[in-house]
Amino acid sequence: MTLERLGSLLLSGLWETLYMTCASTAFAYLLGLPLGVLLVVTRRGHILANPALQSGLGVVVNVLRSVPFLILMIAVIPITRFVMGTTIGSGATVMPLVIAAFPYVARTVESSLLEVDYGVIEAAQAMGASRLQIIRKVILPEATPGLVNGAAIATTNILGYSAMAGAIGGGGLGALAINYGYYRYKTDVLLAAIAVLVLLVQCVQHLGTWVACLVDHRLK
Amino acid sequence: MADEAAPVMIDIRGVRKVYPSSAGDVVALNGIDLTVRKGDIYGIIGMSGAGKSTLIRCVNRLDAPTEGSIHIGGQNILTMDQKALLAMRRSVAMIFQQFNLLMQRTVLRNVTFPLEISGLPRARAVARAKELLDIVGLAEKAPAYPAQLSGGQKQRVAIARALATDPQVLLSDEATSALDPMTTQSILALLEDINRRLGITIVIITHEMSVIRQICTRVAIIDNGAIAEEGSVREVFTAPRTAAARRLFRGDREEIPPGARCMRLVFNDTNLHEPVVANMILACGVPVGILSGNMQTVGGQRRGQLLIQLPADAALAEKALAYLRTQDVIVEEVEPLDSGAAG
Repeated sequence: MTLERLGSLLLSGLWETLYMTCASTAFAYLLGLPLGVLLVVTRRGHILANPALQSGLGVVVNVLRSVPFLILMIAVIPITRFVMGTTIGSGATVMPLVIAAFPYVARTVESSLLEVDYGVIEAAQAMGASRLQIIRKVILPEATPGLVNGAAIATTNILGYSAMAGAIGGGGLGALAINYGYYRYKTDVLLAAIAVLVLLVQCVQHLGTWVACLVDHRLK
Repeated sequence: MADEAAPVMIDIRGVRKVYPSSAGDVVALNGIDLTVRKGDIYGIIGMSGAGKSTLIRCVNRLDAPTEGSIHIGGQNILTMDQKALLAMRRSVAMIFQQFNLLMQRTVLRNVTFPLEISGLPRARAVARAKELLDIVGLAEKAPAYPAQLSGGQKQRVAIARALATDPQVLLSDEATSALDPMTTQSILALLEDINRRLGITIVIITHEMSVIRQICTRVAIIDNGAIAEEGSVREVFTAPRTAAARRLFRGDREEIPPGARCMRLVFNDTNLHEPVVANMILACGVPVGILSGNMQTVGGQRRGQLLIQLPADAALAEKALAYLRTQDVIVEEVEPLDSGAAG
């Protein structure tokens, strides 16, 4: 294989992977962030205490998280076909990725929000802040560094899952590694695809750590 | 200082707070009646676990009492709907032991926070916050973050934040307990200044006698979820009537020799300079030992006390006592410390 051909394969794979990862992460946060907030504020003694709802949501999250991703991908094929119109390609992969990732995101968000000192929340209550104001102006901003760190970890996880989706008709670098490297014994493509994935994970993680540090005013 | 005729600001009647638990109900507050008048600096003191924090948290409904009524400025706060409750909390500010500042906001934006949530335009909120930071002496720290401040500075920011919405009442929940003695003095001075200049009624929860002595006008001693004793600080300090009150003073008191009969003589501003003990020795010819003596300022008045040991001879001791009782000082018997009894 010529270097040019390898380059263009990697470039289109990288583009698809970025597309899948970004779209999936965005949708996973769209669902997971509010869910994570709910998991926190419905706790006993919290601002919207509702232990029954809290444990119900917890069970849903745990069930979704315990299904192995490969199985989940196959299980949600009917939903994917219904929503996306197709079950193959990068676009179709977004669906199972979101379903797999949002419960994980919810738990990540939950643990970041729990780090906010409850005393600060009480102080806001004592100042007459409404529940929504407490969520928007106290809990989320105070948890920002943790949320950013969590987002970096979630993104790298979703990146890894997106590569796995290559096994059942997804696109991207994972599909490239499987189709060329595994089925056609082209080890050079396999190694190159892995190298790009490693670089990508490094970049995301470093970016996350850097931004988290930048927005954290507790240390300086 | 508020006088007896000042209007009632906080009226607490028959407040009970019961926490149900698997091991049976825990009664945190058991029938509290309390009246705080406008302009008071009202101290509520008690040992850890006496229920004082629960009580102050009921005043702005961070905790809901199980029974009873609480009126602030004539309004029953326990029957308020959510909207009225949020409005009430803007006029009843609170400061905390752990300061509870927003760590991701600058000092300035911490102070604008209560104004922001009440919907004040940003420019006006910033102008007001700068004024308040000036009052607490931290104008130059406006762009800093709380992590860059000392404990005393953090509490000053918290006080500025509490004052932002022009509250009528300031609740202080152990606000100086995390601070060193010097910083405590300066924060207490600031609170006193705020009370005097802005006429804000202050309720202070503390376990430190020195806080009460230094700035409070009235004091309630809370013990086992009930008010053991209540009155002007001077009264309660000079002549504590209950065991709970005396137990709180124990920190001020020296150990007495076993088997000795000891008396405490309490002097006030008018008789502080009388050589009462010397006169007694001269008049009765009875020698007494002086175990300790000190002088404190309580509620703006000096108060001295002497701990004396009477002679072992009962007849001589009675003679000395009879003389002392004719003098213009408070004489009370000091019971030995019962060793090991937790307060």
